[in-house]
Amino acid sequence: MSAVIDDKQSILNDETKKVLIDPLVSNNPITLQVLGICSALAVTSKMSTSLIMALALTLVTAFSSAAISAIRNHIPGSIRIIVQMTIIASLVIVVDQVLKAVAYDVSKQLSVFVGLIITNCIVMGRAEAYAMKNPPLESFIDGIGNGAGYSLILITVAFFRETLGSGKLLGYEVFKLTKDGGWYDPNGLMLLPPSAFFIIGIIIWTVRELRPEQRENQDFKIMSIAHGEEGGHH
Amino acid sequence: MPNEKKQCKHLTKLCAALEKYEQYRKFKAYAEKVLAMGNDSLEKTIFVAVSLCLVCAVLVAFAAVALKPLQVHNKEFDMKKNILDVAGLLEANTNVDSAFADRIEAKLVNIETGDYVEDLNVAEYDQRKAAKDPAQNVIIPKEKDIAHIRLKAKIAKVFLVKEAGAIKSIILPINGYGLWSTLYGFLSLDADGQTVQSINFYDQAETPGLGGEVVNPNWRALWKGKKVYAESEQHAFNKGNVEDAGIGEAALHLVKGAVDPAKPEAAYEVDGLAGATLTSTGVTNLVRYWTGEEGFALYLSKVRTKGGKS
Repeated sequence: MSAVIDDKQSILNDETKKVLIDPLVSNNPITLQVLGICSALAVTSKMSTSLIMALALTLVTAFSSAAISAIRNHIPGSIRIIVQMTIIASLVIVVDQVLKAVAYDVSKQLSVFVGLIITNCIVMGRAEAYAMKNPPLESFIDGIGNGAGYSLILITVAFFRETLGSGKLLGYEVFKLTKDGGWYDPNGLMLLPPSAFFIIGIIIWTVRELRPEQRENQDFKIMSIAHGEEGGHH
Repeated sequence: MPNEKKQCKHLTKLCAALEKYEQYRKFKAYAEKVLAMGNDSLEKTIFVAVSLCLVCAVLVAFAAVALKPLQVHNKEFDMKKNILDVAGLLEANTNVDSAFADRIEAKLVNIETGDYVEDLNVAEYDQRKAAKDPAQNVIIPKEKDIAHIRLKAKIAKVFLVKEAGAIKSIILPINGYGLWSTLYGFLSLDADGQTVQSINFYDQAETPGLGGEVVNPNWRALWKGKKVYAESEQHAFNKGNVEDAGIGEAALHLVKGAVDPAKPEAAYEVDGLAGATLTSTGVTNLVRYWTGEEGFALYLSKVRTKGGKS
């Protein structure tokens, strides 16, 4: 990783491109690593909240990765996680304050979920897996890439949940609802968090069907009963 | 980029200026010494932890303090918008600040006596804060606490819309527990303290699309013209999960499904929210609580007898 960026030409070298593009599909934090599911369930009932959440998480991941990477050579191993958390938490508070100041309505809808970015596994996952070992600019780009991967899934899920659940997209009518004299009877399940599980499940299924290399090896095979003596049954 | 260079220059200048001070030089030498240490030494661990906390604290404090005025303004603006909305004075191109100043008059009401309180600063009074302050609140006895709010402020902040000196609408603050959250909102009544003009909720976290439909303009429009207090035995509220309402008692409530307009009690009924039984029950309870004996019943009867003068 000696490809430290010193001129503008090399910003788009192969390594950076890979760091930026890979998390979109082939190494997506939600569908492959299955991280950050909690907020993907909570905020995706509407497109507008999903977009803001996606933006907030991308910014936090990028800047926290860059900051952690900048001081990575001085972080004592024994308090490594706390140091990362402190940086992430500070940035999340700043984002929350900014939202309250400039996008009050959206911050009201997102309520506690912006604060919960602190515990979002993607942010910490990138800090621990990438930023601790790589220079700041690349860590920043890695954060943007992973944030974009998260955003892609969030927006897809929100698209289905808002259109099928309330017949709208970004608040504009797409399907005319029966209660307003139209034809579409909204699916109430789509407005509840479990529906995001189904949609994410279908996305993961599709991606792994198209890219078999993403399928995980089985950790263990269930033994047949004849050989099951040592299996801990009493 | 040039901006960054400028900042860098400022920083170097600042460092050069600080170089004059003995303490700074000592600190700098110390910091350099510590940073050169092994990462796992105790001294460096403490040094990194303390300096990181300082930097983060400054960052967070700066953001909080610098953005505070904007946030306060947003909150007030949002509140004004909601009050104008429930008063029916909010159009797409309304100038919220001036319309609020011109049309809306805030008043403090002692809930227990139903009288206006004149010796407090209305603009600075915050009812939600007062509800949490032991000096300014009352603990609601459990059997009366149908809205499940436990505490309420002794003094409420109501808003009046006046036209030619007479009251046109009375806007009452209401709150109560739904399914997930406490709903905060306003109920706006005609000067008779009986006919509903509108209702809205400015702070709630019910399920979007189900209980969250309490903010839906179509549903809110159903409240217009409904009546709060039962006028005869026939109108008495004797269904649902709360005790019956006799004549003159708060009877307005939500029903399951749609209201049958042919029924005599239809004026006291509003369609329940589809798929949100618990939120609907919560709304019924909080409306009945705040219009009942524990809430604004006495105040409203005083407004009625005074003929809208205050």
